[in-house]
Amino acid sequence: MSQSVYEKIGGDAAVNAAIDLFYRKVLADDRINGFFEGTDMDKQAAKQKAFLTMALGGPNNYTGEDMRKGHAHLVEKGLNDSHFDTVMEHLGATLKELGVADDLIGEAAAIAESTRNDVLGK
Amino acid sequence: MTKVVYQGRSYERLGDETVLRCLLRNDVRAPYSCESGACQSCTMQATKGAIPSNAQEDLKETQKSLGYFKPCVCKPAGDIEVVALDDAHKQKQQLTVAEKSFLNDEILRLRLSCDEPFKYHAGQFVNLFKDDLIRSYSLASLPDSESVLELHVKRVPKGVVSNWLCDDVQVGDPLSVAGPMGECFYHKTENEDGLLAVGTGSGLAPLWGIIRDALTQGFDKPIILCHGGVTPELLYYVDELRELERMHDNFSYYPCVSTGDESDLPKGFSFGFPNDVAFSKQPALSKWQVFLCGHPDMVSNSKRKAFLLGASLKNIHADPFLAASPA
Repeated sequence: MSQSVYEKIGGDAAVNAAIDLFYRKVLADDRINGFFEGTDMDKQAAKQKAFLTMALGGPNNYTGEDMRKGHAHLVEKGLNDSHFDTVMEHLGATLKELGVADDLIGEAAAIAESTRNDVLGK
Repeated sequence: MTKVVYQGRSYERLGDETVLRCLLRNDVRAPYSCESGACQSCTMQATKGAIPSNAQEDLKETQKSLGYFKPCVCKPAGDIEVVALDDAHKQKQQLTVAEKSFLNDEILRLRLSCDEPFKYHAGQFVNLFKDDLIRSYSLASLPDSESVLELHVKRVPKGVVSNWLCDDVQVGDPLSVAGPMGECFYHKTENEDGLLAVGTGSGLAPLWGIIRDALTQGFDKPIILCHGGVTPELLYYVDELRELERMHDNFSYYPCVSTGDESDLPKGFSFGFPNDVAFSKQPALSKWQVFLCGHPDMVSNSKRKAFLLGASLKNIHADPFLAASPA
């Protein structure tokens, strides 16, 4: 079995390095930070970490159903493709900042992209 | 075969199963979600036994030092004893009221003596019992150099417990207390550039402990404290903090007042909310430890702000003082 991006970039330690960067970009972005109003930041960061781990092909137990349920209340508030695109943009920028090679960023983006329909409840 | 003792009951671990799986198999109602060590929703505290390092990875340093771990990825080599984090009754004991004095119109300083040693970190909190009612109070004292526990009790209008403590409890009376609990305390780490502390009202209690604890441990980087009150009269320990400032070159203290006319402020007071003053004094927070204690809105807004100003989430210690729901 070929190595996942997660393993190639250094596993859990790499995700831990990425999480603050990624979450800070998301929270600082006025296009999407409204969706995070009133959430507990530590719990949110843990969810972001689970998301990053999954996007990188690391160990996770998330199912499409979880993604659907977890975002349903946001879809009601207007979560749409443009917001998903914004998060994808921050994911790419975070990995780039950490010096991850472009082809690996592409792999990670493809996995994250595969959750789009579930996240947006389509 | 190894054992997991959870809340005093013993369970056998089968083969290679995780602590979480062992408890779930035995119908223990433990919270969990990702089962891969990421979401931290199943975190527990080990009170005895060795925890493998992978089960503590990416927890805060303060949490690690308390024995917190993630049971969903924990396969210990030997027996362990664990408790849930929200066990309000853990280590309940009787203490005695040693001293009562009012620090201003609304805050009572309560000092409690204990017959048995009470181990804690400055800034943690205890649960205090009045019959069936439970209230949490932060510890303002230092564990090693002060023999009494010090609590700052804010008198809450119609508050059953705070008014009882302020008006009825006498020196010499026994009080039921459980703890310590909480993760808001100073833990020395590598590469820290400073310590920013923001508190409102009796949120000064943990900060008074934490800052003196850091100084006692030889912390020599800048420490900034901004303590806020609606009027100058609602601040307290002003003289004590100015004295501490005089004794330590690296400590700066800003008493902050948020209402009234700026021109009427006594000398040495800052005008504004303590969090605003704090972030204007120190707008770059990467490698800073940040402590936020007091009003829940101040705490949650400041947490976000501190994070956006560069503080790592692991270095932001928050202690929102939530009002008790009406009895």
